[in-house]
Amino acid sequence: MDRRRSLEPLQNSKPELEPGSNLRHHAGCMLGFFIRRLLSAIVVLWLAASITFVLMRSIRGGPFTSEKAGSEKAIAAKMERFHLDGSLWEQYSAYMRALATFDLGDSTKYLDWRVSELLAQKMPTSLTLGMVAFIIASIGGVLLGAMSALWRDTWVDRTAMIGALVAISVPTFVTGPLLIALVALWLGWLPVGGWGTTRQLVLPSLCLAAPYVAYVARLMRNSLLDVLASDFLRTAKAKGLRDGQALMRHAMKVAILPVVTFLGPLAAHLLTGSMVVESVFNISGAGSIFVNSIQNHDVFLLGGAVIVYCVLLQLFNLVVDVLYGVLDKRIRVYG
Amino acid sequence: MAEVASPTALAQPGGWAILRRSRVSMLALWFLVGLIIIAVLVPPFLPEELKYTSKDSLLPPGAACTARQGIIYLCGTDLNGHDLFYRLLTGAQVSLGVGLVGALLSLFVGTLYGMISGFAGGRVDAFMMRVLDVLYSVPRILFIMIFIAALGPYLTDGLDVARLWAQAHGWTTLEDLMITAIRYSRIIIMVICLGLVEWLTMARIVRGQVLVLREMTFVTAARAMGQSSPAILRLHLLPNLATVVLTYLTLTIPAVILDESFLSFLGLGIDDPAASWGSLLKDGAQVINPLDSKWWLLFFPATLMSITLLALNFLGDGLRDAFDPRSRSR
Repeated sequence: MDRRRSLEPLQNSKPELEPGSNLRHHAGCMLGFFIRRLLSAIVVLWLAASITFVLMRSIRGGPFTSEKAGSEKAIAAKMERFHLDGSLWEQYSAYMRALATFDLGDSTKYLDWRVSELLAQKMPTSLTLGMVAFIIASIGGVLLGAMSALWRDTWVDRTAMIGALVAISVPTFVTGPLLIALVALWLGWLPVGGWGTTRQLVLPSLCLAAPYVAYVARLMRNSLLDVLASDFLRTAKAKGLRDGQALMRHAMKVAILPVVTFLGPLAAHLLTGSMVVESVFNISGAGSIFVNSIQNHDVFLLGGAVIVYCVLLQLFNLVVDVLYGVLDKRIRVYG
Repeated sequence: MAEVASPTALAQPGGWAILRRSRVSMLALWFLVGLIIIAVLVPPFLPEELKYTSKDSLLPPGAACTARQGIIYLCGTDLNGHDLFYRLLTGAQVSLGVGLVGALLSLFVGTLYGMISGFAGGRVDAFMMRVLDVLYSVPRILFIMIFIAALGPYLTDGLDVARLWAQAHGWTTLEDLMITAIRYSRIIIMVICLGLVEWLTMARIVRGQVLVLREMTFVTAARAMGQSSPAILRLHLLPNLATVVLTYLTLTIPAVILDESFLSFLGLGIDDPAASWGSLLKDGAQVINPLDSKWWLLFFPATLMSITLLALNFLGDGLRDAFDPRSRSR
């Protein structure tokens, strides 16, 4: 079923089913949906881990070649310890066996560190930043977009939409230094960078959220305008529904659906986008793990980070799909 | 929606007229044309002193060149004594070139994918769209980073083999071409990777259009006359998709430019002697501090890049208003 395209609710498309007899059927379909989603998530994770591992192992120069006092023998010993000495297939199957037991392995750069320990140390920072930015982007975007649509072609709409286009066009590594120069250095209201306090969270999360506030606002505005011009709302008005608030509730319920479908990609964008923001604001988060482990050929650390990101996003998308089914009665998530 | 998304609305004359009436879009168009002309034509005529490293490190805009009389640094110099103005223009060549070629590549992949998916319909369509959904929710830029790091050296090797082969056969033109390609191999691999990633939205839009178009009578007529599916796709659907594809091409270019600068900013993109706007911004962001701000290193690339992206987005929006039947109905 293509749920992304048609926005107008089809009044007659909800079949009136016998309530009692369908309960078991419903539960069965729901279970089938979850099983199918689980399988596809496993396939995605397997592909992600395989691509990362095989590509990283085919980079010229192993993880230990750049070390200074590494004799051939020492390097060979290390390669053996990490199961990186056999053929590519042997290495790969060893890695997959470890992954199957939820073992992400050890870092080849930071010896004596397990990948899971490193990730547990750095991930929470990026996730907090991403989550705050996510809340700002989704709520701020919906409010701004709804305002624009309601006051269409007024100065509110025009300013908001030009502002949105600017926010989409200006990259975060431009807004970041700009915000630092303006708010932190010149006005002195907030700290320049670093991590730990709430005050330090404000600028980076705003900077990360800005383009997506704009994106969501544009999405919301267009969708709400579509809905406001649609037949079912005209019918409601013609039938005498004068209450503006009730009308809005009707319209918003439908208009918010495209925004909900964007939430999954939004989360992916925010997680990767936080790399640049972390670098601008000097925050030590997961972004540095990605960049450094690629440069250090740290196969297991990079693989672990990629896997954790993919797991998080798959889980999040499942939540979004269920949420979508709850919001849109026409859709059965398992359909 | 059904009544507005007819192909006649796509082919209707007047889209260009609507675009021409939009003052902002035309301004954006002229800015981009001017930028491309300047970026391509001006650098060869700049004095040689500006093109290489010099002792004039971190001079502010307007400072005079110490090596030769009568030359001033319009936008200042960077840490290695490069003239920032020259680097901005060559950076524009790289950024715009990467954006354009990457977007064209994504156009090709996206249009093909969308057309097949929309035209096949049924289970194939459902499966292809499901794949698209999964790809949307994967942190794609991470995989680009890994792809570039892993495949870049192999591309250089491959080009070198081609160069030696050309040398052995005495084909000097091909040899020179390969030498140039090896110098820019990092950029080439980046363009390929970015182009192969940014096609998702294009595929979705094209598929939506094909779904509408394939129900049209002229498609039925073509099929009744015995035309094969590839022929129908090429002769009847593709021409009707042209304006939509052009619109989203304009909107994909800034996305690719942003991706490229994202990678270069993290130090995984363009390497030093070459520059792109992203790598210039990285240099600029490194020297920002309250005491002795080298503002020009950040200000000029940031402004130029932001205005360019804004112009591309304005133009894309203008094109969409002019040609997309859905937005015209408003």
